[in-house]
Amino acid sequence: MNGLTRRIIPCLDVTLQEGKGLVVKGVEFVNLREAGDPVELAKRYDEEGADELVFLDITASYEGRKTMIDVVSRTSDEVFIPMTVGGGISSLQQIKEILRAGADKVSINTAAVKSPEFVKDASRIFGSQCIVVAIDCRKNRELKEGVTPVRIEDDSEVWYEVVIYGGRKPTGIDAVKWAKKVEELGAGEILLTSMDRDGTKDGYDIPITRKISEEVSIPVIASGGAGSPEHFLEGFKEGKADACLAASIFHFGEYSIREVKEYLKRYGVSVRL
Amino acid sequence: MKLLDVLIVVVDYGLGNLKSVRKALEYAGADVRISREPEEIEKADGLILPGVGAFSEGMEKNKPFRKALYEFIESGKPLLGICLGMQMLAEWSEEGGHHEGLGVIPGGVIRFQNVKTPHMGWNLVKLKDHPLFKGLKREDYFYFVHSYYLKTNEEFSIATCSYGTTFDAAVSKENVMGTQFHPEKSGKSGLRVIKNFAEMCRDGS
Repeated sequence: MNGLTRRIIPCLDVTLQEGKGLVVKGVEFVNLREAGDPVELAKRYDEEGADELVFLDITASYEGRKTMIDVVSRTSDEVFIPMTVGGGISSLQQIKEILRAGADKVSINTAAVKSPEFVKDASRIFGSQCIVVAIDCRKNRELKEGVTPVRIEDDSEVWYEVVIYGGRKPTGIDAVKWAKKVEELGAGEILLTSMDRDGTKDGYDIPITRKISEEVSIPVIASGGAGSPEHFLEGFKEGKADACLAASIFHFGEYSIREVKEYLKRYGVSVRL
Repeated sequence: MKLLDVLIVVVDYGLGNLKSVRKALEYAGADVRISREPEEIEKADGLILPGVGAFSEGMEKNKPFRKALYEFIESGKPLLGICLGMQMLAEWSEEGGHHEGLGVIPGGVIRFQNVKTPHMGWNLVKLKDHPLFKGLKREDYFYFVHSYYLKTNEEFSIATCSYGTTFDAAVSKENVMGTQFHPEKSGKSGLRVIKNFAEMCRDGS
């Protein structure tokens, strides 16, 4: 008795070019390729059947945020599906401005790791439903005390370490424990990105996605590595994700959102078509 | 854009993203004002009670204009509660302890059991025959974000949805309506609901 559908969420990585917001998607966050105007792209994705949109300000700068607010505001004039904004969000004032521009949720990443109380305050003030905590993680093969061992594809055991500043800085924090912690702090959703897979098109990191989906009772969005419709199927069926996020596969027209959804439906995944 | 010549007030009590509701109403051709002033509420052809967040906080924040709200309902003009705005129309809620609601729609608000919460995303809704759903199929997808749901009597339920249990996705009692889903975030189908509501306000039904 559950008609809730699995969500497909295109992610629009927004950066600045001569003061204008542009959508780009990088491979491992370097070598960025230009992929179009964010507002136009958002409209196209809405028409193709996107269930939500995520805008990521990859500059995470003051100017970036100003541009983002303009992008969100112009998008919300014409697109009537939920929108999440992330990238460098570290204050309640920033959250307020983003929500006021027409976003429904914000995604908090580095600031959550640096100050867990921020997640607590933000979810208390704005409601859990609009606080997404983004967890970027990487496999670490050196098991040590206090980490959560996860069995991976080659049957070895690893743990997943939380990384911050766009993947540049390891934190020593166990991703599974951190996921449970952010749920406790009031996060309404987890956006889980495998930095090992991001930009590779090798598919989502299933072992960690599944582990975290099973450990928490808030929705989990799988991210990083989607390159084909099969990867979405794996993310839902094996990774037990509630939503799958992807960027370049959609930006460059390799597959449309509708094609991915039709594929999923054929394999028994409940989607909105 | 074709104007409907109808004024709809979106009640602002400081909770949630009101911009999307306003934009969706404007998209439907309505004139929109965001306000909590009793005289503005009184002048409206239709009223939207939006809201996300905690029940008790919502009830606390509607105190200053509660009288205007009841008077509006008494006038017979259409009112639409969305999400928390709909839940507050109920008699009570168990969110954060037992709290009294506005008592307009019979029934109470209870928490989902044994499923992931919040219930977040697009879910299939079974629609009954009601002017709010004019032009829509009997089953359609709408966007939800909530951890508590309203259970009313059969006669006041105009749409149902399943998530661990079957709950009331939309309710109606005379001129008062409510949706648990967010029509302003439910794409084309949601915009149709908004447009239908705007037309009901224009027609004064």
